[in-house]
Amino acid sequence: MANWSVILNIAKTHLLTKIKQTSTAALGVTFGIGAYITLVCFMTGLNGMLDDLILNQTPHIHVYNEIEPSKKQPISLYDNVNESFNVVHSIKPKLSQKKIHNALPIIKYLEENKVVRCALPQIKTQIFYIAGSIELGGNLTGINAIDEASLFNMGDYIVEGSAEALQNTDNGILLGIGIAKKMSLKVGDRVQISPINGGVFPLKIVGFYQSGIADLDAIQSFTNIKTVQRILGEANNYITDINVKLYDIDQAVSLSKKIERQFNLTALDIKTANAQFETGTTIRNLITYAVSITLLIVAGFGIYNILNMLIYEKMNDIAILKATGFSGKDVQLIFMSQAMIIGFVGGLLGLLIGYGLVSLIDTIPFQTEALPTVETYPINMNPLFFVIGFSFAMFSTFLAGYLPSKKAKKIDPVKIIRGQ
Amino acid sequence: MSIVLEAKHINKYFKKPVMFHVLKDINFQIKKGEFVSIMGKSGCGKSTLLYILSTMDTDYEGELFLNNKLITNQSREHLSYLRNKHIGFVFQFHYLLSEFSVLENVMLPAKKLAKKSHQEIEHDAMEKLKMLNIDHLALKRASRISGGEKQRVAIARALINNPSIIMGDEPTGNLDSHNAENVFNIFERLSNEQGLSLLVVTHDGDFAKKTDRIIQMEDGKIMT
Ligand SMILES: Nc1ncnc2c1ncn2[C@@H]1O[C@H](COP(=O)(O)OP(=O)(O)O)[C@@H](O)[C@H]1O
Ligand SMILES: [Mg+2]
Repeated sequence: MANWSVILNIAKTHLLTKIKQTSTAALGVTFGIGAYITLVCFMTGLNGMLDDLILNQTPHIHVYNEIEPSKKQPISLYDNVNESFNVVHSIKPKLSQKKIHNALPIIKYLEENKVVRCALPQIKTQIFYIAGSIELGGNLTGINAIDEASLFNMGDYIVEGSAEALQNTDNGILLGIGIAKKMSLKVGDRVQISPINGGVFPLKIVGFYQSGIADLDAIQSFTNIKTVQRILGEANNYITDINVKLYDIDQAVSLSKKIERQFNLTALDIKTANAQFETGTTIRNLITYAVSITLLIVAGFGIYNILNMLIYEKMNDIAILKATGFSGKDVQLIFMSQAMIIGFVGGLLGLLIGYGLVSLIDTIPFQTEALPTVETYPINMNPLFFVIGFSFAMFSTFLAGYLPSKKAKKIDPVKIIRGQ
Repeated sequence: MSIVLEAKHINKYFKKPVMFHVLKDINFQIKKGEFVSIMGKSGCGKSTLLYILSTMDTDYEGELFLNNKLITNQSREHLSYLRNKHIGFVFQFHYLLSEFSVLENVMLPAKKLAKKSHQEIEHDAMEKLKMLNIDHLALKRASRISGGEKQRVAIARALINNPSIIMGDEPTGNLDSHNAENVFNIFERLSNEQGLSLLVVTHDGDFAKKTDRIIQMEDGKIMT
C-alpha cells in the first residue's frame, strides 16, 4: 500500500537538497511548454487570420449557372447512329443564360432548410470604369449590403464608408480601393461605369472596398442589387448567384450535391473551392507541434539525466528505505513523484511564461495593406492549448521518470549494504 | 517459550564469479526474549546469513519461520511489510537518511507502517530517543552527529515499530570501545527490561560472552 504523505515528503526533501539540478530540469520543461504555448497561439492565430481572409467572405455554398458544353450532343439523340462511334469536333458551350431561373423561389426554399443560416442573392456582371477616355475593365456585384455585412463580414473590408451607406444610397457604389487609387477618386465623388451592352451610368462613391488581395481590389466594386438590375435593364427577379451560409460548415458538401441535383445548377462548396487552404493550415500546425515536441524531448532527457544522477547519489537512501520496510514500488513512487513534481512546476511556469509572451505579442502592432482589419499580431489564446501543454509536460516527465524510477525499484539493498 | 525466528536447512550458493557454497545447512531457533550473538571468522558467511534472515535476500534454499509462520517464498510486498513491522535492523555503518533530521529518521518506518497518527508516531519516536539518551539531538540533521550517536539513532529507528526481533551486523564494529560498550548496554537493557529478542553478529569476544547464547560459525556451518 502506498503511503503518499511519506513518499511525497521524501521526494520533496530529495528535490530541495538538489535544488540547483532540479530547477535546471524544471526550466527545461518550462522552456518547452512556454515555447509550445507561444508557438501554438501565434500559429493558430495566424491560421485563423489567413482563414478569415478567404473563408469569412466566402460562402459555404456558391450557387450559379456554369457556362459549359452540353453533356449530350445532338448526335446522341439520333437513333440511327446508336450503334456507332461518334466523334464531335469543336464543341461549343451551350447557349445558356447566367441568370438563375426562379432564383427568388429557390432562395426562399433554401432559407426554409434548417441547416441554412441564410441564402443571399447576388448579381455579378462585367463593367468598365470610365475615366475620361480610358476604360478600365472590372466587376460589379449587386448585393444586399447590410446582410452581406452581418453574415459575410463585408464590413471588415470596407475601409471608408459603410454597408449602411451603400444600402441607403440609390446609385451608390462601394469602389475597390485599387480602382480608386488608379482614378484618384474620393468618397463622395462620382464614377462613371458602363455595362458591356452599352450605356453610361454615373454612380456615387459611398465607400472603398479592400479585400487585401490586390488583384481583386483593382477590379471589384459593389452596389445594390436594384442598381445593377437597372444598369443591365433586367427585371427584379434577375439574380446570377446565390451565396449560402450554413450553421455547420461540414454540411456544405452534402447540401451542395443536393442543390445541384434538385435545381440543375452548379453548387460549389467551400471545401472544394479552398482545398489548398487546408494544406497550409495543416503544415503550420505540423511545424508547431514538431518544434514543441522537440523541445520537450530535450527537456525530457534533462529530467532523465537528473533523475539518474539523483538515484545514483541516493543509493544509500534507497537501500535504507528498502531495509526498513519500504517496498520497491514505494521507492519507484518516490522517484516518479520527483519527476512529476519537476514536470508540474516546470509545466506550470511554462504556461505562465507562454501566457506572458503571447499577451506581449498580442500588443505588438502589425499593420499591413493586405489586412485592413488587423492591428496587432494575431493570437489565438485558446484555453485548450494550455490544457494540452500541461498534459504534455506531465506526460513527457512521466516518460522521462519511468525508466530511472524503475531502476530504483530494482536496486538490491543487500548489494549496496555490502558495498560499503 | 515461543519461538521468534527459526531457520531450517538454509543453504545458499553464490554462482558468480565461481560456484561457491557459502551457507551449509543452517538450523537454529531464537526464542522470545533471547539475546543471541553470532561469532565467526571474517568471510565465514555471517552477513550473508543475516541478510537472509532479515528477508532482504530471498535467493536461498531451506525454510525460514518468523513467529512460527513460514516466510520463505512470500511476495516481495509482504516481505517489505514484515521487515517494516517485525524486524529491526542495525548495520555496522550507521545507515541514516543524511538529509533528514534525527527525529524524521526514527519516524520513517512508523510512517510507512501507517498504523498511528503523526502525533503518536512523533511521541513514540521521542520516547525511543529519550530511552537512548539522544532526545536532545532530535531536530539535528542526521549527517551532523557523531558515529556513536548515529548508531543509537539507528537503534531507535529499529525499535520504532516494536519489532519481534532486532538484528545487528557488527553494530559496534565501527565504534570506539566506549561507544561500543554503550551500545552493548542498550541491547542488554532492551533484552532484560523489554523482553526483546536480539540476534547480533560480532567480532568482540567480551561482547559475545555477556549474551545469552553464542552461535559459532565456521566456513558457512554452525559449529555450536
Ligand atoms: N555477492 C557475492 N558474490 C560472491 N561471493 C560473495 C558475495 N558476497 C559475499 N561473498 C563471499 O561470501 C563469503 C561470506 O561473506 P560474508 O557473509 O560477508 O562474510 P562475513 O560477514 O562472515 O565476513 C565471503 O567469502 C565473500 O567473499
Ligand atoms: Mg560481514
